[in-house]
Amino acid sequence: MENTILNKVDLIFEKIEPKEVLIRAYKKSSAEIIQDMLDSGLKGRGGAGFPTGLKWKYTAAEKNPDKYIVCNADEGEPGTFKDREILDRVSVKVHGGMAIAGKAIGAKKGIVYLRGEYRYLLPKLMIELDSFHKMIKEIGFDFSIEYRMGSGAYICGEESALFESIEGNRGEPRNKPPYPTVSGVFGKPTSINNVETLVTAMMIINHGPKNFTQYGTKDSRGSKVFSISGDTPTPGIFELELGMTVQQFVNEFGDGDTKAVQVGGASGFCVPRKKFADTIIGFEGVPTGGSMKLFNSSRSMYNVLHNYLEFFTEESCGQCTPCRVGCQQLLKGVEKVKKGEAKSTYLTELTKLAETMKIAAKCGLGQSVGNAFKSIVGNFKEEIIY
Amino acid sequence: MINLMINDQKISVQPGTTVLAAAKKLKITIPTLCNHDDLCVAGNCRVCVVEQKGARTLIASCATPVSEGMDIHTNTLKVRNARKHVVELLLSEHRADCTKCYKNQNCELQSLANEYAFGDHILLDLVEDHKYSIDRSSPSFVKDDSKCIRCQRCVRTCSELQSVSAISVANKGAHQKISSFHDKPMSHVVCTNCGQCVNRCPTGALVEKTYIDQVWDAIYDPDKHVVVQTAPAVRVALGEDLGYDPGERVTGKMVTALKQLGFSAVLDTDFTADLTIMEEGTELLVRLKKALVDGDKKISLPMFTSCSPGWIKFIEHKYPEYLPNLSTCKSPQQMFGALAKTYFAKKRNIDPSKIVSVSIMPCTAKKFEADRPEMRASGFKDVDFVLTTRELAVMIKQAGIDFRNLDEGKYDSFMGDSTGAAVIFGATGGVMEAALRTAYEIVTGREVPFGNLNITPVRGMDGVKEATIKIEGCVDAWKFLEGAELKVAIAHGLVNANKIMKMVRDGKASYHFIEIMGCPGGCIGGGGQPIPTNMEIRKKRMKAIYSEDENMVLRKSHENPEVVAIYKEFLDTPNSHKSHELLHTHYTERDNY
Repeated sequence: MENTILNKVDLIFEKIEPKEVLIRAYKKSSAEIIQDMLDSGLKGRGGAGFPTGLKWKYTAAEKNPDKYIVCNADEGEPGTFKDREILDRVSVKVHGGMAIAGKAIGAKKGIVYLRGEYRYLLPKLMIELDSFHKMIKEIGFDFSIEYRMGSGAYICGEESALFESIEGNRGEPRNKPPYPTVSGVFGKPTSINNVETLVTAMMIINHGPKNFTQYGTKDSRGSKVFSISGDTPTPGIFELELGMTVQQFVNEFGDGDTKAVQVGGASGFCVPRKKFADTIIGFEGVPTGGSMKLFNSSRSMYNVLHNYLEFFTEESCGQCTPCRVGCQQLLKGVEKVKKGEAKSTYLTELTKLAETMKIAAKCGLGQSVGNAFKSIVGNFKEEIIY
Repeated sequence: MINLMINDQKISVQPGTTVLAAAKKLKITIPTLCNHDDLCVAGNCRVCVVEQKGARTLIASCATPVSEGMDIHTNTLKVRNARKHVVELLLSEHRADCTKCYKNQNCELQSLANEYAFGDHILLDLVEDHKYSIDRSSPSFVKDDSKCIRCQRCVRTCSELQSVSAISVANKGAHQKISSFHDKPMSHVVCTNCGQCVNRCPTGALVEKTYIDQVWDAIYDPDKHVVVQTAPAVRVALGEDLGYDPGERVTGKMVTALKQLGFSAVLDTDFTADLTIMEEGTELLVRLKKALVDGDKKISLPMFTSCSPGWIKFIEHKYPEYLPNLSTCKSPQQMFGALAKTYFAKKRNIDPSKIVSVSIMPCTAKKFEADRPEMRASGFKDVDFVLTTRELAVMIKQAGIDFRNLDEGKYDSFMGDSTGAAVIFGATGGVMEAALRTAYEIVTGREVPFGNLNITPVRGMDGVKEATIKIEGCVDAWKFLEGAELKVAIAHGLVNANKIMKMVRDGKASYHFIEIMGCPGGCIGGGGQPIPTNMEIRKKRMKAIYSEDENMVLRKSHENPEVVAIYKEFLDTPNSHKSHELLHTHYTERDNY
């Protein structure tokens, strides 16, 4: 069994001179910044993994002079807590990444949508934002940032629901197309990026795209911050090179009795022990926005699944049928099977339903409920039934 | 043009066309539920999903614009399985009391269930897990959450078409529901009872409150004399619920059917529509005289029409400061009710306490209006029961009447005569046109200067219409109006009413007279009309209304012989003391939430 030491990286929290980096970014053209991002291979760190350079390129190509850069700081996926730490420790890099993105796409306005539960960070962030605004004014940036607070709805982390929330509407995902790059917040071309993506973008400007590509794999360049929790002796936040196997990860963070790792939170995938060695953490394997939960043999995977399904039943926005009703059916269905009120074969029917949710739900939330369901039921069927 | 393939057939369509609309052009049917032609795209029911080659997920055809080279399939195994799941999911949250449901056989969910989810259902019943409530507080409609499938047609209707937003989406996840402000009863919020949501609800979650049984009871009661009036817009739409195509006029057959149902007298709201023109036209001319000649600053102009009870409740909630601008005339329904138990009772020598006054209306707000405390001028409840066009169709079916083969009947008298001016009350702009036909003639002694009396500028489906009419050659009594330009405007659908009211409030409107109807298209598009109602159907009903008008011998309200007679025998003159007692009223401010 492979047992190499994981490559820990210090990019996100690395001490830098932000003003110097921003001066360098300011001197670059929009096209040069975008090319740097494309060259770096950076993909969105919120979990979906859309190439950041492309997102900026598309938004930059829009003719509308009013554009927005929105920072998605509605960190709501169960088991992620890295954006909180990033905002707490290096907010200047978040703001800096937004200014750089603004320069790239031609936006003068930035909005940070901050998770409601992180309101306590706001006073400090406001002070830091003031000095940031002073700094970029000195450099010459025509850019400013404002904060908008979320109110605790998980769905508002979905980009178009987030826009609706910013606009003062009920947080419900929109139909796509049009995509945010064409019509985002207030109907304007918008690039919406995760907190960590923006910080990474700034660090790519700092070190150059080549430096970034030395980490990770072809499909998953660079490093990423992981939020590690569950049955681990060392819970917390760690920046690791992408491309490791779950086995390597478990060797480092497991408690010696790990039976499963939930990669990517409630909407992610459950990887069982037998698949640890050949599952890569990254876009070629199981992608993650950072959430890594370890479960040892004392845990009931039924309880884990039940907990996730309860979560989705509550946190679905409720507008589309597959998600609103599908979540209730999956939850009630596994309960019935567990109680012996439905045959174990009913799980097959539920798995078919989960498949429909994956292809017929309106947004990423409903589409991803099936991930956790299928991977837990598929790998731990006995624990669900007995 | 965008080129794409649907089910291996090539098609080119305009950019921005949805996949659903493109498929329709190829005569390919894709089932829909949340989609409605009158409303913005929601894309939330997911019944219309189709497969796009190369896409990771299915796409909602109603919400996806076409793109070059798309390869769409609408009936693959993947699509069928997903659709079946979606329909079954909806059914699992829906109290499927179909045989007890008013919408049985007229329910879009039921139709889909017939196509996709017959036989045993695999999914679990979730109805008992929800604490559904039924709101019967409105006299106009019932809101039964256990039948609701969260398509949000009602929510979009209330905000987009009516700018009322009495209902909106509350809560999330499994608890998501359609609710009013703070979950208050519908009778205690800004709801105007217009029934546009009822007309668009695909299931039985929103239905009119029906009074069919009460009307049957009255008909069968030998001690009662049951009088029925029919609104102008009913005759051009009733047929749709009885197997006719939209736009067929069934006036005569409807009259015969009503007689066969057992009503003692079949009378016409058109009669009081003509009477409204006499009262309201006179009121306008008096207001103009007082404001323009006497310089009376207390006179409120522009004057608004007051026929539409949805509009009345809207102004009470949203623009109460403009209540003095509202014509004091009651609606034709209520004028009729007040006269049925006074004038009609006297003429026919019937004890008014024995009269049950029923009206057939294209409208659900009329049910609310009949219940208003202002509407008891006869000493009784002026109108006892209001039935919608749909309810009348139900009664005709219940009675086993062979509608198609009925003879063309004639309205009884008194209060059964009408003119073309009264008929067009049913379409937006109609009241204005009728008023102008009469008022212009009173003032100038000549007919309105429009070909064949058709005042085309006030007709049509534009949300806000305006017209200016120069008054020339006045008779002596109205010389002070010589050369004046009468400026009028028309709005239909409360979203347009709201637009015009904002213009008035902001001083951007210099109109003298504004006609406002609460529903899109006017009464032909009323909340009580057959389902479905959409732009295409509204236009057909409108066309039928105008052809009914053209076919009438009398086309000006003041020429209605029964109207002439009632002034002579009973009311004296328009706006007389007696008129005011019976035919006019005042409304009061309501809260704005």
